[in-house]
Amino acid sequence: MAAIETQQLAREFEGGIKAVDGVDLEVAAGEIYGFLGPNGAGKTTTVRMLTTLLQPTGGRAMVAGYDVAKDAGAVRRKIGVALQEAALDPLMTGRELLELQATLHGISRKDGRERGQWLLDRVGLTLAADRRVGTYSGGMRRRLDLAAALVHTPEVLFLDEPTTGLDPVSRKAIWEEVRKLNDEGTTVFLTTQYLEEADQLADRVGIISGGLLVAEGTPTALKAEVGRPHLELCLVEQAGKEARAQVVLARFGRPLPARDGTLMVELEHGTSEVGPIVVALNQEGLDVESLDLVQPTLDDVFVHKTGQHLEGAAKEDTGEVEAIPE
Amino acid sequence: MIESLATNARVVAALGNRSIKQTIRRPQLAAPLIIFPTALLAIQTAGAGRAVDLPGFPPVTNFLSFMLAGAIVQAVMMTGNSGAIAFAIDMEMRFTDRLYAAPILRSSVILGRLAATAALGAMIGAYFVVLGLIFGASINEGVPAVLWIILLTSASALAFGSIGAAIALRTNSASVVQGIFPLVFVILFLSDAFFPANLMLEPASWVAQYNPLSFIVNGIREPIIAGWSATTQLKAIASVFGVGALGFALCAGAMRGRLRRGV
Repeated sequence: MAAIETQQLAREFEGGIKAVDGVDLEVAAGEIYGFLGPNGAGKTTTVRMLTTLLQPTGGRAMVAGYDVAKDAGAVRRKIGVALQEAALDPLMTGRELLELQATLHGISRKDGRERGQWLLDRVGLTLAADRRVGTYSGGMRRRLDLAAALVHTPEVLFLDEPTTGLDPVSRKAIWEEVRKLNDEGTTVFLTTQYLEEADQLADRVGIISGGLLVAEGTPTALKAEVGRPHLELCLVEQAGKEARAQVVLARFGRPLPARDGTLMVELEHGTSEVGPIVVALNQEGLDVESLDLVQPTLDDVFVHKTGQHLEGAAKEDTGEVEAIPE
Repeated sequence: MIESLATNARVVAALGNRSIKQTIRRPQLAAPLIIFPTALLAIQTAGAGRAVDLPGFPPVTNFLSFMLAGAIVQAVMMTGNSGAIAFAIDMEMRFTDRLYAAPILRSSVILGRLAATAALGAMIGAYFVVLGLIFGASINEGVPAVLWIILLTSASALAFGSIGAAIALRTNSASVVQGIFPLVFVILFLSDAFFPANLMLEPASWVAQYNPLSFIVNGIREPIIAGWSATTQLKAIASVFGVGALGFALCAGAMRGRLRRGV
């Protein structure tokens, strides 16, 4: 049985805005599924429907074997949800939040207290347990949010952009925890606008754009679809040598148009050709100053499918993430 | 069935407990419940005490005994307003999403909030009774009247809180809920809260006679300054029920609207 299955899932808002326009998904139990797309693509709307927070206006969705529209209560018992912009009360302490969450899931006070302490230990918040959440850093809030989603040991865990705005260290800590949970058997549905996150964590990736699922598959398969790795190189005292270099490069693959003086060739037979290319250039009296092997990325997949870049890719490249000291 | 009821009661209690802590921990929510009504009580008692000499003013041992009910209902309405602001803040920061994603009834979220408002109302009723007694007010009907005042205060807070909650649910905005704050004073001044309706000029006097708040004020005031009157108490109870019924109906409608809009 699939952990998540949707058929033509759709959500139209007032004014005829179609946020999600007929999405078919199938996520196997025990899988980490990365749902990738830029802001406004329909990721959060899809998650809100799958977590019963929003009624679909079309299609059907089953989560953990239950229909999200007809059997919302049963779905809620089986899922854990950590939403975008961690919805935490800054006036509560971490411990209070976990104990409240346990009560919401019908766990007795004693068991809730024990489970809360265990989760605080697990996410490394024991020392901050009795501090108000308002004093937590961004990374600590996300870890607490994750712990709250795990109070009732859910079968399916929804993480909506769990690392957006976090510094790299906090982001890696969340990734480790997600991997651990998955190893323990939890199915994870993860939305993200970070390519690296999807690449690192997801067994399979779905790419959404304009409310439509435009690509789906393993990160490796998706990248293989869009092309082979290519080599970017600059020569020592390159001026006037480009034409000779292009002749050499053509023996190893398809030369690509030079960009800002950088010569580029798509490698016919993969990365094993890097060494022979350098040797061949050298034999022609062309010394290589620098070279860079560029593998296709999920952004290339996105560009290939939609003609646009993912916003998150640009953000990552410029390091525009909030750095919050722990 | 019983197990389900017990589970829901536990959830409502836990959410109520959290809401009380939220109010106490956020000074801008807690201060209006105590500070404003206490300050107004002190200013009016000190400055307008000779009003008791006006012809037609109800017989009282002192002005504070008369004003106590006014201060209590003012605090009650502030409690309802404060609870609604806190509820709207929860919605704005999407804390309510956390609650709605859990296997509980959506109505439990509102009931938890209103349970807290009722509990805060009871605490405030007790506070003003103690304050009044310290500063020379007398309660004619003694301990039963004190218990009745606390009960009526709590029920009134719940009723007015339900209207505030409906506005919060409808608007999803703490600033809009905060914007209705001045209306609290309009309703208060157009009632028996601070001045007897029979001594007001028209049309204020007419409005005050039919303002449900006047009936609630009189339900609290009578056992303090006079004695028990079944008619007065029944009118107070009916007013509380009326306001509460309106509030709960508005909440139900707002909840349905939210589900339809998907917010």
